[in-house]
Amino acid sequence: MSTVNGKAEEPVDGASGRRAPTVADFTTGQEVRWCPGCGDHAILSTMRGLLPALGVAPENTVVVSGIGCSSRLPYYLDTYGIHSIHGRAPSFATGISINRPDLSVWVVTGDGDALAIGGNHLIHALRRNVNLKILLLNNHIYGLTKGQASPTSKVDTIGPSSPFGSLDNPFNPIALALGAGATFVARTIDSDRRHLTATLTAAAAHKGAALVEIRQGCPTFSAIPRQPSRAAGQTSPEEPDNPAAPEHGPIRLSPGLPIVFGAKEQWGVVRDPSTGELGIGHGGDSRVVVHDPGTQNSTYAYGLARLAETSLAEPPIGVYRSVSQPSFDQLYQERLATARPDGRGDLRSLLTGSDSWVVAG
Amino acid sequence: MPTEQLSERSEGARRLENVVIRFAGDSGDGMQLTGDRFGAQAAALGNDVATLPNYPAEIRAPAGTVAGVSSYQLHIADHDIRTPGDQPDVLIAMNPAALKANVAELRPGGVIILDTDAFTVLGLEKAGYDVDPLTDGSLDAFQVHAINLTGFAAAAVADHNLKRKDAARTKNMFALGLVSWMFSQQIEDTIAYLHKRFASKPDVQAANVSALRAGWIYGETTEAFANVYEVKPAPLPAGTYRHMKGNKAVAYGLVAAAHQAGMPLFLGAYPITPASEILHELAALVSNDVRSFQAEDEIAAIGAAIGGSYAGTLGVTVTSGPGMALKAEALGLAVIMELPLVIVNVQRGGPSTGLPTKTEQSDLLQALYGRHGEAPMPVIAVRSAADGFDAAMEAARIALAYRTPVILLSDAYIANGSEPWRVPEVEELPFIGIDLATEPNGVDADGNPIFLPYARDPVTLARPLAIPGTPGLTHRIGGLEKADLTGAVSYDPDNHDFMIRTRQSKIDGIDVPPLEVDDPSGPPGSGADVLVIGWGSTWGPIGEACRQVRAEGMKVAQAHLRHIVPLPANLASVLSEYHTVLVPEMNLGQLAGHLRRETLIDTVGYNRTRGMPFWTAELASVITRVIQGIDEDASGAAGTKPVGDVGARLAAMSEAGAAKPAAHAGTATASQHDATREAGR
Ligand SMILES: Cc1ncc(C[n+]2csc(CCOP(=O)(O)OP(=O)(O)O)c2C)c(N)n1
Ligand code: SF4
Ligand SMILES: [Mg+2]
Repeated sequence: MSTVNGKAEEPVDGASGRRAPTVADFTTGQEVRWCPGCGDHAILSTMRGLLPALGVAPENTVVVSGIGCSSRLPYYLDTYGIHSIHGRAPSFATGISINRPDLSVWVVTGDGDALAIGGNHLIHALRRNVNLKILLLNNHIYGLTKGQASPTSKVDTIGPSSPFGSLDNPFNPIALALGAGATFVARTIDSDRRHLTATLTAAAAHKGAALVEIRQGCPTFSAIPRQPSRAAGQTSPEEPDNPAAPEHGPIRLSPGLPIVFGAKEQWGVVRDPSTGELGIGHGGDSRVVVHDPGTQNSTYAYGLARLAETSLAEPPIGVYRSVSQPSFDQLYQERLATARPDGRGDLRSLLTGSDSWVVAG
Repeated sequence: MPTEQLSERSEGARRLENVVIRFAGDSGDGMQLTGDRFGAQAAALGNDVATLPNYPAEIRAPAGTVAGVSSYQLHIADHDIRTPGDQPDVLIAMNPAALKANVAELRPGGVIILDTDAFTVLGLEKAGYDVDPLTDGSLDAFQVHAINLTGFAAAAVADHNLKRKDAARTKNMFALGLVSWMFSQQIEDTIAYLHKRFASKPDVQAANVSALRAGWIYGETTEAFANVYEVKPAPLPAGTYRHMKGNKAVAYGLVAAAHQAGMPLFLGAYPITPASEILHELAALVSNDVRSFQAEDEIAAIGAAIGGSYAGTLGVTVTSGPGMALKAEALGLAVIMELPLVIVNVQRGGPSTGLPTKTEQSDLLQALYGRHGEAPMPVIAVRSAADGFDAAMEAARIALAYRTPVILLSDAYIANGSEPWRVPEVEELPFIGIDLATEPNGVDADGNPIFLPYARDPVTLARPLAIPGTPGLTHRIGGLEKADLTGAVSYDPDNHDFMIRTRQSKIDGIDVPPLEVDDPSGPPGSGADVLVIGWGSTWGPIGEACRQVRAEGMKVAQAHLRHIVPLPANLASVLSEYHTVLVPEMNLGQLAGHLRRETLIDTVGYNRTRGMPFWTAELASVITRVIQGIDEDASGAAGTKPVGDVGARLAAMSEAGAAKPAAHAGTATASQHDATREAGR
C-alpha cells in the first residue's frame, strides 16, 4: 500500500487502476474553524460525502472561494483549491474553467462575497454560463466581519453598522441569478441534508453555470429566525389556516409534481389564467402548477422566486430552473478548435509576417 | 536635415540623410493610416524609421476644430535613429485646424502641403482663424504648396460611383501618393495593403488605389515641386526586418515566451486605451495557442489570468493606469500565492482618466509600491517599440523562473510608435520553460510522502508548481499567510516574518544583467562627468540627445534601466563614478526618488509631463547646461546651489510658475532651469 499526501492508496478499480475515492480522500488535516452550530459544518460534511459519489478524482476537482466564514471551505476539502480575494472567486474560477474543461470547478461564496463586492463577477459568470458550480452560502449577514447587514438581510436588520435597522431592500439571489440568465438555479437549506445532497448532485450534473443558494444558519449572529423544516405531508395538529404560516415549512419544488404544501396539501401554487401570474391558492384547485424547471422562459421560475416576498413565510426550495445551453468552456474550446483547423500555427511565420524584408549582410 | 536642402533645385532626386514629416488632419481624415503606410513604405525601402502618432481622446471631436486634429509624425533616415524627430521638415495639413495646431512646431523654411478645399470661410472659422493664413503672410517663413487635394482626389475616383462624401474621403490616399512621389517611395506595398484592407468593398478599394496613384502622378507631372528627395537605406545588421509597432511587439513577445515555455498563453483583459491593441492582437492569434478572454472589468481580467496560471497556462493581463489601480488587490494575491503572471501596464497621462491617448511615465511608483503589505514584484520597462518583444519575453522568463507576478511597463508613445524590428530566428530565442511538480517532494510526520507547495528551490527560492489534474499533489493556496513548506494557513508571528523576508529575498535575488554605460570617452570614472540615466521610452530621446551633445565636442555618458526591480547589482557603484547623474523622466521624478532610496545617491531631475515624448534638442540643451554648470562650478564662477537644497528647489519652482507660457512653447522650461541650477553639486 502506498500513500500520497498522507493518505492510503490502494488500487482497486480495475479500469483506472485506482480505487474509488472515499470521504477521507476529500478531507484535509486542517482544523475546521467555524463556530459550533454553524451551518457551514453541515455543508462541508455534505460536500465531503457528495464529492466521492460524483466519480471525479480529488485532483480533478478545484474549489475556489472568496473571503468570509463560508469561503474557508476549500481549506477543508482535499482537492485543488484557491482561497482568493473578497468577491472575486468567479473570475479565478472562470480562468481555470475555460482553460481546463477537464476539471470540475466549484465556487464557494457568501451572501456578502457573491452579492455585494462580487456581484459583478457573479452575474457575468452566470450570463456566460461558465461551467462552475456556485454554492452561495447565504446566512443573510456578514459573518466573518461580525454581523453587519448583508445584501440579503431583511430591511430593519439590526447590526453593528445598522444600530437603528438597515434601510436597504434585500436581493433575492434566485431572482438575481435568473435575471442574469443562469441556466441552473436552485435553493436548498443547510439543515436538510437529503435535500442539500440532492440539490448539489443535480447542480454537479448540470453542464454550465449552476447557482445554488444554500440558506445557512449563523447562530453567532442569528440573522434569520430558524424555522423547523418539515417535509410536505407531515401533520401538525395546530397548523393554522394560513398559507403564510411558518409551520408549513418551505415549499418543496419537485419536477413533474404539482406544487402543493401544508400538512394536508391544502395549499398550492396556482397560475392566474388571464395574467399568467403565480399566486397561492387551494391545493385542490385545477389551476395548481406542475413544476417544470426545464421551462425555457425564465418568467415562470422568476414568478416562483418572487412568491415568498408577498405570500409565504419562507421561500420555496428545490431546483427553480435547469435548462440546457452550451457552456462557456465548451464554446470556448470549439472556437479554439475551429480557429485553428490545421493545428498549431507556426511561430516563425507569425513573427516574420507578410510585410518583412531582408537586409543582406 | 538642414531645411535649406529642401529648397535647393537639382537634377534627379536630392539625397537627404533624414527627414521629419508630419501628416495632420481631422480625426476623420485617416491620418493614422496614412502615416502608418508611409512608415511601412520607408521601412521597406530600408530606411530607419521612428514614428509618433498623436490623436485626440475622443473618437470624433467636433470636425474641423483644433481639438479634433489627429497627426502622425515620422522620422526617416539613412542611419540609425531612435526618435520620431523634434520639429517636422514637412507638414501635410488637411484642414485649417491641422495647420493651426501644428505650424508652430514646423522648422523655419519647412514645407507645408495643404488642402485648399478645406480652407473655406467655415473651415477657417472652426479652426479659430480670424484671417486666412494663406493670405496674411503668416506662412512666409515656409514653402507653401496649396493644392486642392480633395478636389483632385474626387476627380480621380469619379469613375468608381462612390457617394460624394466617400469620394472626398480618398484625399488622404491622394496626399500619401503625392508625398510618396516627393520622397521617391514606391506605392506598390500600399496598393497591396489597400487590396487586402478593402477586400470586401471593391468600390472603396478601387477608389483608394486610384486616389493614391493619382497623387503620385500629380507629383510627377505638375511643376509644383521643384525637387524630389531620397533617403537612402540605413545600414542595418543583416537579417529579416519588419516595421513593428510597440503594442504588437509586446503581444508577439508574449506569444514567443509562451511558445518557448511550452505553455499556452492565456490573456485576461478589459479594454483600455492605449493597451487594448495588445488584446486585439492576441485575440486574433488563436492558432498560435493563444487564448484570450475579455472580462467584465480589470479585476476579473487579472483574476482569470491568475486562474489560468494556476491551471497551467502562462497567465497575462494587459491594462493602463486606471485598470492597474483596480488590479492592485489581486496582485497581492499573486504575490503571496507565488504564481507566474505578467501584467502589462501601457502607461498614459494620469491621474484618473487624465490624458488617455497621451504618453507619460507616471505609474512607476504605482508599479513599485502600489500594493498593501510587503508585496515585492519585479518591474521591467520597455524602451522602444521594437524592444517590446524582448522586454515581454524577459518579463515572462522572470515570472516563470521565480513564480512571481511581473509588471512590464510600456507607455502610449511606445505602444503606438513603430520602428524596424529585426525578426529573431526562433532558434535564437531562449528556452524559458519550467518543470511542473509531478511527485511528492516531502514526507509528513509519519513518513508518508506529501506535497510541500512552499518548499523552495535553494537558488532561486522558487516554489514548486503543481497544476490541477496532477494526482497526489492536491493542495490549496490563497491569500492567508502560508506556513513555510506546507503552505497551510499559519498565523504564527515568526513564520509570517520569515515568509515576508523570504518573498522579498526571492525578488531581490532575481538574476538581472549589470547596468551598462554607453560612453565613447571612457568607462565610468574615466570618461564623462555627467551620466544621463533613464528608463522606459526616454531611451530614444536621451540617446539621440547624448549623440548630439557628443557631436558638439562634449562628453556625456548614457545608461538605461531595463530592470527597475530588482535594480542591477552594480547600479550604485556605476552612479557613484559620476559627478552628476541626470534623470530625465516624463513624471515629477519617480525614478530619481527610487534611485535615491535604493542607492542614497542624489540625482538631478529633468521632468516634463506634456503627454509627448521629449525632444532631442530639448534634452541636448539640458545636458549641455548640466555639463556647463559643472565646468562653471569647477572654475568657481557659478553660484550654484547644492542638490537637496530645499531653498533652491523652491526658488526654482516659483520661477517655474512665472515661466509657464514659455514652458508651453516647448523649449526653455522651469525644470530645465532646475536641472541647470542643481547641476553644480
Ligand atoms: C476587499 C475586502 N473588503 C473587505 C473585507 C472584509 N470582509 C471579509 S469577509 C466580509 C463579508 C463576508 O460576508 P459573507 O460573504 O456573507 O460571508 P460569511 O462570513 O457570512 O460567510 C468582509 C466585508 C475583505 N476581506 N476584503
Ligand atoms: S460567525 Fe456565523 S457564519 Fe461565521 S462561523 Fe460563526 S456561525 Fe458560522
Ligand atoms: Mg454571509
